[in-house]
Amino acid sequence: MTQQMVGLTGFGGYIPRLRLQRKSIIQANAWVAPNFLGKGKGERSMANWDEDSVTMAVEAARDLLGPGDDRSHVDALYFGSTTMPFKDRLNSGIVSAALTLDEHVRAVDVASTQRAGTSALMQALSAIRGGEVRNALVLASDHRKTKAVTAQELDFGDGAAALSVGTENVIAAYLGGASLTVDFVDHFRGETEEFDYTWEERWIRDEGFAKIVPRAVKAALENSGVSAEDIKHFILPCTFGVKFVQQLAKRSGVDPETARDTLAANCGETGAAHSLVMLIHTLQTEARPGDKVLVLQFGGGCDALVFEVTDKLSTQAGKRGITGALQNRAEETNYMKFLTFNGLIEWERGMRAEQDKKTALTTLYRNEDMLMGLVGGRCTETGVIQFPRSRISVNPNKHTVDTQEPYKFAEKKAKILSWSADFLSFSMNPPNHYGMVVFEEGGRIMMDFTDVETGTVDSGMEVKLVFRIKEVDEKRGFRRYFWKAVPIAASEAKSQTGQAAE
Amino acid sequence: MAAGIKDKVAILGMGCSKFGERWDAGPEELMVEAYLEAMQDAGIEPTQIDAAWFSTHIDEIGTGKGGTPLSLALRLPNIAVTRVENFCAGGSEALRGAVYAVASGAADIALALGVEKLKDTGYGGLPVGNMGTLIPQWGPSGSAPGNFAQLASAYRAKHGVSKDDLKRAIAHVSVKSHANGVKNPKAHLRNAVTEEQVMGAPMIAEPLGLFDCCGVSDGAAAAIVTTPEIARALGKKDLVTVKAMQLAVSNGLESQHNSWDGSYFHTARIAARKAYKEAGIDNPREQVSMMEVHDCFSITELVTMEDLFISPEGGAVKDVMDGFYDADGKVPCQIDGGLKCFGHPIGASGLRMAYEMYLQLQGRAGERQLANPKIGLTHNLGGAPASNVCSVTIVGAYGG
Repeated sequence: MTQQMVGLTGFGGYIPRLRLQRKSIIQANAWVAPNFLGKGKGERSMANWDEDSVTMAVEAARDLLGPGDDRSHVDALYFGSTTMPFKDRLNSGIVSAALTLDEHVRAVDVASTQRAGTSALMQALSAIRGGEVRNALVLASDHRKTKAVTAQELDFGDGAAALSVGTENVIAAYLGGASLTVDFVDHFRGETEEFDYTWEERWIRDEGFAKIVPRAVKAALENSGVSAEDIKHFILPCTFGVKFVQQLAKRSGVDPETARDTLAANCGETGAAHSLVMLIHTLQTEARPGDKVLVLQFGGGCDALVFEVTDKLSTQAGKRGITGALQNRAEETNYMKFLTFNGLIEWERGMRAEQDKKTALTTLYRNEDMLMGLVGGRCTETGVIQFPRSRISVNPNKHTVDTQEPYKFAEKKAKILSWSADFLSFSMNPPNHYGMVVFEEGGRIMMDFTDVETGTVDSGMEVKLVFRIKEVDEKRGFRRYFWKAVPIAASEAKSQTGQAAE
Repeated sequence: MAAGIKDKVAILGMGCSKFGERWDAGPEELMVEAYLEAMQDAGIEPTQIDAAWFSTHIDEIGTGKGGTPLSLALRLPNIAVTRVENFCAGGSEALRGAVYAVASGAADIALALGVEKLKDTGYGGLPVGNMGTLIPQWGPSGSAPGNFAQLASAYRAKHGVSKDDLKRAIAHVSVKSHANGVKNPKAHLRNAVTEEQVMGAPMIAEPLGLFDCCGVSDGAAAAIVTTPEIARALGKKDLVTVKAMQLAVSNGLESQHNSWDGSYFHTARIAARKAYKEAGIDNPREQVSMMEVHDCFSITELVTMEDLFISPEGGAVKDVMDGFYDADGKVPCQIDGGLKCFGHPIGASGLRMAYEMYLQLQGRAGERQLANPKIGLTHNLGGAPASNVCSVTIVGAYGG
């Protein structure tokens, strides 16, 4: 009996739109850290104030799942991250609710290591192979927190990757892999700590990467029955530069030319997401059907996975993925904004920000599909669509009672009816933009806008909807999520699809 | 349709405190100030008041909940006090309660008093409100100016008005109210401004600048109402009576149904139509002598001119720029300075509007007295354009 092909069946990517210019960082810090002056090239992705690992994971997943909002085929969700917003509240459960997945979905958080993304992927592959799961969604995302004036704030970036795993329409067949578990502490983040504590770079490079990675490569190649020289894409997140990665490939018997772009120049290392981010980027750029791909992730040892690209790869051409996400960029030169968004400076927010942000969890649960999934109602009698859903229809011509079925708004086309840019109300990124968003198929929502270019908004502009942090309850450590509208400029509308990414 | 309220209730007396940043006064002092003036005007004793309606919006600061704050401050003789709250239209709501009580015969004399003490927050603008446990989980974390400013974007899109033309027209709205406020000794803001000043002011919520926003003020206003017969028996002449009182409340159409275009107040048009019918007015542009409208923001006043059917649809910009609503125009609007300059102590504002109409109709408005007004209209909004309550009240000379 030949074993059924198991592998990746789709991908999606998300990189926050803001790209902090490294020059802005090093210039601001030159007085205290002249040693970083040589690291001022390129840009790193920077999450908006209302983004975290959960919201980015949701966006990557939506790219993967596409505009159709029937997600009943997804029966497992594996979410890898080291920056999950909750220590005890299923983070993948938040993602699941935002994506309106079926409640029977097996949702798992995979954490505590840079390998969280690859480990999540390996769990999904095993589950599919085992037959208990048919279509798994693997999400990896990190919103990397660093202290100011560190090499990490220059090297790191924020982002998320999404892969679907299954047995049908496989775009990259899983040939085998290996995990090496070594308690090599290059860095750590203690239970109560916000930031990493990192050991000497040279030791990490020479005793960590240089010795551990090749052992994982060897094991994975053996397990998959693939020879080193057949590897066409060597994918390893690493901040020690291209030459070092090439040396590692060579040391493993792999052609150094196959070392793939770590996206250091235009993205930065996105933590637990990064090997998958690089994989997706490779699938969108250099990978061809038949190519064998080696995906590596270092951290407490090393994960190694071997895939073979199939001719189904072309089915993913419409995806934004990582290349599309990288193209949708806005240069940010204000390092202070980065510090503020990341909670690294205490600033005067004004008395309006003092309002208690306590969330009534009872109310949240009672209205879960509305608040998390942006689900409203559609009257089965008159077809009138509305948000929120209500027992008595808003239809002025016929206030039908108990006729509404759930109706999902998140993937629907919408535009701005009215708006304002408000300097009075508290905002982490003033002015506070919000307005009435009207949906093409029906329904409207007065909602917050985000990722706005001040001065470009007007009535009639198209928007897309994104899942974001609504409020942060600093007193209790809770964060509230909801959906926001992102105005799309005519020029930008194109780069939302894969066509523009080519 | 019901027979309506026309000429069933007369105003016996009114009072209004000085509005403004009343660092010297708490809510009790403000209430007493308005009450004593109204009592003196009415010429009655406290024991003659049968029931009271009390309006105050924000109970977290200042006044507190329930009917007790009014009864305690005024030492009322243990009569019924009903606290009403309907956003910024609470003052009109209190008056409606008192008027209806008299009209029903349940009370001979009733008191309506509204108060707001806003300047104990420590910051400018209206206090950040709480909207229950659900709305904060999805509604925009905005402000009043941000909500009302949206009228401008929708109005421009609907009527094809340029940004600059609309900005200048709403600037004129504020310039006119400032000119009127100068003549009102009780007004919060008493300085004249120019269109250039208004247009050059710091932005609060696009396109509304500082001078497009009304004053955030402390203050109180009160009315004592009775039947025309009792008023006459108490020796009153030149009675001012209520001609119409209508209140329309949003039911979600504006915020949830795509038939509303965002450029006007759905409720205002409904309340206005009903009020004109109740008062027997069929040509408001000709018949209404003067108005006090809810000019919380300049753009609100501009679109309201159409909602009240004084200006034709799309014609408010021209009327405003022509001076139609200026003190010397055809229908003077905000002759006391309006919310813009008299100020906006939320729970008191509806009663403050009625106070000015009452003074004008009695010829007691001093330096700002209009020549021979017959019919006065007050328009009092609460909430935001997409979801609100709107009160339209018409008063006039008894028998007129």
